[in-house]
Amino acid sequence: MKSARQIVSDVQSGASSAEAEVTSSLEAIRSKNDELNVFLFVDEVGALDAARSVDERVAKGESVGALAGVPIALKDNLCQRGVPTTAGSRILKGWLPPYNATVIDRLLAAGAVPMGKTNMDEFAMGSSTETSAYGPTRNPLDPTRVPGGSSGGSAAAVAAEMTPLALGSDTGGSIRQPAALCGLVGLKPTYGLVSRYGLIAFSSSLDQIGPLATNAADAALLLEVIAGHDPMDSTSLPESAPLLLAHLDDGVEGKRVGLVRELVEGAEEEVVASVNRAVEALRDAGAVIVELSVPEFRLGLSAYYLIAPAEASSNLARYDGVRYGLRVDAEDVAAMNEATRTLGFGAEVKRRIMLGTYALSAGYYDAYYGQALKVRTQMIDAFRRAYQQVDLLVGATTPTVAFKFGAKTSNPMAMYLSDVYTIPTNLAGDAAISVPFGTGESQLPVGVQLLGPGRSEAQLLAAARVLELADGRP
Amino acid sequence: MSLAEGWEMVVGLEVHTELKTATKMFCGCANAFGAEANTHVCPVCLGLPGSLPVLNVRAVDLAMAIGLALHSTIASSTFHRKNYFYPDMPKDFQISQYDLPINSGGYLDLPDGSRVSIERAHLEEDTGKSTHLGGSGRIHGADRSLVDYNRSGVPLVEIVSGPDIRSSAQARLYAAELRGILIATGASDGRMEEGSMRIDANVSVRQVGQPLGTRCEVKNLNSLRSLHRAIDFEAARQFELIEGGGVVRQETRHWDEQLGQTSTMRTKEEADDYRYFREPDLVDLIPDEAWQERIRGTLGVMPAERRATLRARLTSPTSSQLDALDVVVVLGFDDYVLAAIDAQVDTSLAMARAANELASDVEHISNLTPDAFAITLKMEQDGELSATQAKTVLLELLAHGGEPRDIAKKKGFEQLSSGALGDTVSELIAQHPDEWARYRDGDDKLVQFFIGEVMKLTNGQANGKAVVAELQARR
Amino acid sequence: MASPLRREDVAKVAKLARLTLSEAELDLFTEQLGQVLEHAKDIAALNLEGVVATAHPFGLINVVRDDVLRANLSREDVLAMAPDAEDGRFAVPRIIGEAP
Repeated sequence: MKSARQIVSDVQSGASSAEAEVTSSLEAIRSKNDELNVFLFVDEVGALDAARSVDERVAKGESVGALAGVPIALKDNLCQRGVPTTAGSRILKGWLPPYNATVIDRLLAAGAVPMGKTNMDEFAMGSSTETSAYGPTRNPLDPTRVPGGSSGGSAAAVAAEMTPLALGSDTGGSIRQPAALCGLVGLKPTYGLVSRYGLIAFSSSLDQIGPLATNAADAALLLEVIAGHDPMDSTSLPESAPLLLAHLDDGVEGKRVGLVRELVEGAEEEVVASVNRAVEALRDAGAVIVELSVPEFRLGLSAYYLIAPAEASSNLARYDGVRYGLRVDAEDVAAMNEATRTLGFGAEVKRRIMLGTYALSAGYYDAYYGQALKVRTQMIDAFRRAYQQVDLLVGATTPTVAFKFGAKTSNPMAMYLSDVYTIPTNLAGDAAISVPFGTGESQLPVGVQLLGPGRSEAQLLAAARVLELADGRP
Repeated sequence: MSLAEGWEMVVGLEVHTELKTATKMFCGCANAFGAEANTHVCPVCLGLPGSLPVLNVRAVDLAMAIGLALHSTIASSTFHRKNYFYPDMPKDFQISQYDLPINSGGYLDLPDGSRVSIERAHLEEDTGKSTHLGGSGRIHGADRSLVDYNRSGVPLVEIVSGPDIRSSAQARLYAAELRGILIATGASDGRMEEGSMRIDANVSVRQVGQPLGTRCEVKNLNSLRSLHRAIDFEAARQFELIEGGGVVRQETRHWDEQLGQTSTMRTKEEADDYRYFREPDLVDLIPDEAWQERIRGTLGVMPAERRATLRARLTSPTSSQLDALDVVVVLGFDDYVLAAIDAQVDTSLAMARAANELASDVEHISNLTPDAFAITLKMEQDGELSATQAKTVLLELLAHGGEPRDIAKKKGFEQLSSGALGDTVSELIAQHPDEWARYRDGDDKLVQFFIGEVMKLTNGQANGKAVVAELQARR
Repeated sequence: MASPLRREDVAKVAKLARLTLSEAELDLFTEQLGQVLEHAKDIAALNLEGVVATAHPFGLINVVRDDVLRANLSREDVLAMAPDAEDGRFAVPRIIGEAP
């Protein structure tokens, strides 16, 4: 599959057309979607229309944007006008948003071609895409295994070579972990770097939209297009999109990189082995490696599984059968709300709503939610202290390679543990990237995670570039 | 109304006012009353998946103005979510302020000399409106309800008083004074009937000197009169209940204006747990000194000061003039009265015309300038217009604006020349010889008869005083 | 293992969240939520007095917009999504109880 950068270059030069690229993408989707269940909706008509309009602009010599003609897969929690958007849930089956998420407007302005909406864990709650109301997505590298979650469909779209780019969302690791399990580059931007307007909310203080790609340059390209201040999002950082491609080849000479014990403890052997080899590669490229311990990271899981469900319990209250989506009729409106939500939400969503409601309720707020918010402050402070000693941190993205379907579904805690290395970054609001490096059992990919302070995407992508070169992927 | 000896009512008022902004609290939809249902909505105020709130700076300015006018402390504040399910709430949570409101503390001095403390005045968003079908149109007995979200997201300030009010009369004064302040700051138009200002009363009773009794919240007070009546009813109800050995249950009660009583609203099985937590989609609000100073500078003159200014211009006011003074200030007509007094119009006349004619068409007051008001009253005072004519001119000015003399001319309110008047009187004397004889003999009551007849013949264009003078001259 | 969470708590919370649980679900969720809360004991036990919750991780404050009109949705778009509508309004079954 061509990289996104190659497609843009070909479309702009006339070596290819947007329509040809999109047609090729549609073929790839058609040939594999039934088996893999990647896309919940393929927007064939919309994609071809968009492609043709890009080609018209090229023909007229008009500028077409940084992503001209590039097919892109969109996680189904991104609102796209007139396109079915379900967030992987039955409660939004058939809902057509009347507006575009800001990131989608930016993609369109850059000439990108949205191909359709990808499968995900219901309301982004999960780490395997097994909680989707529309069936699981299969990992293209091994269809008996999960692609990770919650952005499993988006990761699979790229890994299956249906599209070179995809957008996912990351609240506790939902871009990075699927990237790791599918052998892709996945980045969670600094909180506020990318607008959340139009992203169906899971946990408002943690959610961020980010890129999934086969290489660092493509990820950088996509992030440059979607990042930057948005007046429609009050939590959006004030600055415009950072320059990322320009710094891609900065290297890591002289950079101090901290290998964090708590980001590898409990990981499978081959995952640890990959991390160690990645650390060597960074050292070979001129980085100074420091071994660190940040014990506060161990508190992340508990804090996250109180904060995220609490916010989610509130964010998901609006699904009440009144204004859109599923409605199950009843004698009175409260009974209607209850019947609708009971049928419309899956077990994991119900679990988290109840957990969150409990954590916020009178008498328990201080011990649980209130306490978790304080732990979060401690997490932020711990990161700041670490970044006084080093520029970046390194560790594993997730403890295992892609696991078999059903392996972690009997016990919620087992699934939650998949996020143990990714969660701290979300709590702090910082940035992190997963880069494929080496393989584990059954030749399945391992993801190595690089973490940086807020607004360090350029550094992270440069370090990711070093790793991918070292891993033999020019 | 008073309770038994040694007992008192304790009342606190919660006033919600809609703010006079062009757009809603968190989105750019129009903040407009009376539009067709669901025509001023967007993803944000409909709470669609993916929508996010962005705070309206004018709502903050007005909230601060209210705080300053109430002598509150403006502090750093945050927004919180108040979580509960209700169909008129698109997100099934309301964005409000909880433990860190923008304004806290403060007080309101009332015209009777009493002071009521203010606990807080905070920002929050309004809900949509539901209408109930089937049954009486009230919620009980309805089959289904219809929801309009035009009002959803309109900015509100909620003002909570301390439990300092001790009578329904005082409550009414508080509400009227607060409304005057809200209008004076430009924050609100204070229209209770339209719902832009809503009052709930917390009422309890106790023996003087004892701890506070259990209170009930009374809702559905749509006018100052309802407020007054409801408080009296509720205090009496609680007192009688306690006298009879009963216990007041803490609950919310609905005031029925027709029946003149409060009744229990359907009680919920358990108290609402709103699970307040900080709104993660908004950031903290920290108005610095410069911002607060700027608002202070735009504050304008509050009703108390305006009352004092007008009062000073009234020499030996009668009690009805003092009543009229309150009405005039509350309605913001003091500028009109002052303009008239400056033009040498009699204060009684100025106050009367303001409290009556102007008050009858408050909506259109902007069509009338204080100058035009003064000119019209001067014409009446000088005898160029009769009372009836002057009122007509004022109403015309209110309806369509214009110049008093032009209007008078157009309506043919020409001053009846003394010659024409004389001819008219002569004609009447000829038509009514018996009455004229009795008048000449001293029956003064017949002045009214002749004035009435003159008015009939001249279509009300004669000046009453001139007629009297003419009659006396011929006696 | 005794769950830190009782069955009645879960039932109460389900009601607050407008969810109906079967008896079996009530048992299952009591156990599963109990496990999560048990795990969260590590932070419940910490003495964090004096630690203040963080609002925005990068200290954003005073984000406001001007009081200016912005295009809204057409009524057609709005009602097209409605499960039930009448007379330009969203229709719902009867509401029991006044708003808080």
